Amino acid sequence: MEHIYYTLHQFMLHTKSITYVLMGVALVSFVGYWLFLTGRDEKMRKY
Amino acid sequence: MHRRKFLSLLGGAGLASAMGATKAKAGGGTHTFKGYPDAMGVLHDSTRCIGCRKCEQACNEVNNLPKPSAAFDDLTVLDTKRRTDAKTYTVVNKYNTAGLEHPVFRKQQCNHCQEPACASACFVKAFTKNPDGSVTYNGDLCVGCRYCMVACPFSVPAFEYDDPLDPLVQKCTMCHPRIQEGKLPGCVEICPKEALTFGKREDLLAIARERIRKYPDRYEKHIYGETEAGGTSWLYLSPVPHAELGMPVVGKTSAPELTSGALGAVPMVVGIWPVLLAGAYGISKRKEKIAAEERAEAVKDAVNATKAEADGALKAAMEKADKEKAAAVDREVKKAVAEAEKAFEEKLAAAQAPADEADAGETPEEEA
Amino acid sequence: MNDNQKSFWTPGNVLTAFILAGGLVLTFLRFYKGIGAVTNLDDNNPWGLWIGFDLMCGVALAAGGYVTSASCYLFGLKHYHSAVRPAITTAFLGYFFVVVALLYDLGHPWRLPYPLVLSQGTTSLLFEVGLCVATYVSVLFIEWSPAALEWLGFRKIRNFVIKLTLPLTILGVVLSTMHQSSLGALFVIAPGKLHPLWYSSFLPVFFFISSMVAGSSMVIFEGTLAHKGLHHKMDETHLKEAEGVAFGMAKAASFILMGYFFIKLFDITMDDDWQYLATGYGAWFLVEIFGFVLLPSFLYALGVRERNMKIVRIASVFGVLGIVINRFNVSMIAFNWQLPAAERYFPNWMEVGISIFIVTVIITTYRFIATKMPVLYEHPEYKDAH
Repeated sequence: MEHIYYTLHQFMLHTKSITYVLMGVALVSFVGYWLFLTGRDEKMRKY
Repeated sequence: MHRRKFLSLLGGAGLASAMGATKAKAGGGTHTFKGYPDAMGVLHDSTRCIGCRKCEQACNEVNNLPKPSAAFDDLTVLDTKRRTDAKTYTVVNKYNTAGLEHPVFRKQQCNHCQEPACASACFVKAFTKNPDGSVTYNGDLCVGCRYCMVACPFSVPAFEYDDPLDPLVQKCTMCHPRIQEGKLPGCVEICPKEALTFGKREDLLAIARERIRKYPDRYEKHIYGETEAGGTSWLYLSPVPHAELGMPVVGKTSAPELTSGALGAVPMVVGIWPVLLAGAYGISKRKEKIAAEERAEAVKDAVNATKAEADGALKAAMEKADKEKAAAVDREVKKAVAEAEKAFEEKLAAAQAPADEADAGETPEEEA
Repeated sequence: MNDNQKSFWTPGNVLTAFILAGGLVLTFLRFYKGIGAVTNLDDNNPWGLWIGFDLMCGVALAAGGYVTSASCYLFGLKHYHSAVRPAITTAFLGYFFVVVALLYDLGHPWRLPYPLVLSQGTTSLLFEVGLCVATYVSVLFIEWSPAALEWLGFRKIRNFVIKLTLPLTILGVVLSTMHQSSLGALFVIAPGKLHPLWYSSFLPVFFFISSMVAGSSMVIFEGTLAHKGLHHKMDETHLKEAEGVAFGMAKAASFILMGYFFIKLFDITMDDDWQYLATGYGAWFLVEIFGFVLLPSFLYALGVRERNMKIVRIASVFGVLGIVINRFNVSMIAFNWQLPAAERYFPNWMEVGISIFIVTVIITTYRFIATKMPVLYEHPEYKDAH
């Protein structure tokens, strides 16, 4: 980290912003990964 | 069964996230944040303050605020307890405390926290902690949710409730624009008794400690603002316990430290919940499948059993029918034999009487 | 509404019309003259009834959506299926009108999207609440949309949406967990202002756990109301399953309340807040804990054991009231507890009027939807829904 954070608030603003983006990535990848994981299961009836 | 699983899963995850919350209390983990090195501040020494309200007037003028109904040289307003509002960024209140024959004055304005609660609470980043130590507000971003007012441990921000179109939060800026120009904050500049000292926060702390050390009888041994809410740019010295001057009792924990636990739990929920829930879904599906298979099995068994039973019944019926058939044949044969015998006897009798018909022994055709 | 041959102007409808008309006048006053003209809010009390009731209680009581859909679709409680649509409908309406009510409270209502699109204050719990509520309203809208699509006859889109049920349900629970708890976490930043009996670093956990109680109590409570007013709109499955749903929810709520009681107890113990119990606030705290946590828990248990719907319904009223009291306590009654009485907040009658107006709009919209759309019954052409 080349940037110096003088306050905890600044630091959190930085880390939480990235975390929020990653949360979105996680939610999307969960769906994709679940489909990959269960792709060869015998077909189950979805609602 | 399902219900209980549901509960334990939910409860477990909730508590787990809370445990994460307490662990994450440190916020930055191993990082430490000392604040801006050149942050300025103001020291208010209430042993020097005479309650002249000059600072209120200067504040009003440098910030171009509307004139209040009572003039600034009217000191009777000190008799009522006041707070800052959208048109008044600083107020001085008078306190008559036990053990002192003179009143003590307390000046109130934004304390410009090292870790501002308002900035931490604002969901549009309208507040900024500047390198000069001041905390400023950008009204162009403000949504008007007033969470900053809830969050501020000193209840400083005020809101323009009566403006229907552009109501904004207002508070002291520590004269950020004047500091940028190299000037003193309005209140500090005008103070006739040097009750207000402007300087680097570090230096002000040293000055305050020195005063307490030199005159231990005159001062309460606590610099309000040194650690309050993680430390503030404004510091206060008082002859009596600060709480007696209406200063709120505020812990050492700064706002971002208070919230970091709850904030940190959020991504944990995002990461773990879908996994647990998909697991619960998988389990319930699997159970459903097993139940369906068991049901199919049971149906098959039932069908088989029924079939076997039906077969047995059929067989019995057939046997019975066969027996009956045999019996019927038997009966018919006997009947026919009997009839034939009878006929024969009759014929015999008839033959014995008028004539003989010898060949009468023919058996009747089977009908059954 | 006038689906039976009676006149449109029934007493109920007259009252509704009266409230709606009054609400419009107050709405005009609020936006023409400003927040200060219709509320008793001030610089010490920035949040009042519109946050404490419309937002805090609104969101909590709309938790029935995630509770019911999670039970049915994720935990395999198939017999809850007929309860899912009414619950999702209420939840969607609840959240939608939470956002509407928020527009009254915000100084710059038209800037509501700013935190999402312009300047993300990610360190704020309110940012988290806003992001989740915005997303969850959308999720609820999609979850609810089959009812409207079936009504309108858009079969293809409807079938596509039905396919999304599982991921949407999971997303719904994730988002609910996050924002229900974050509503409590909003107050974690103000330890000096909230009374120690209510303040806790575990506020988010308390809010989340009690939201489950709110959700299940509300499903039962609404069911009672709907059976009174909309019985004729319910199909056989709904009527047949309604009791089972109520008893299941009652059992859940009873046990969760017991857990909730204990975590509250642990929290008081860990913070050593016992000395406050002897004060006035302590008495009020005990009323909340015994009257609106333990009592509904026992009533639910009794109702379930005796298979007595009446007791369950009474318990649900206590459950719902308990949530309202708790949210009022945290956001208003125990907030700013150290201020002198003269500086404390009490809502203006116009604030109350706006809140009543919003609730009436929700009920009216629900009645409209439940009358027109397949919510309480299954659409005869879409029996494949389960």
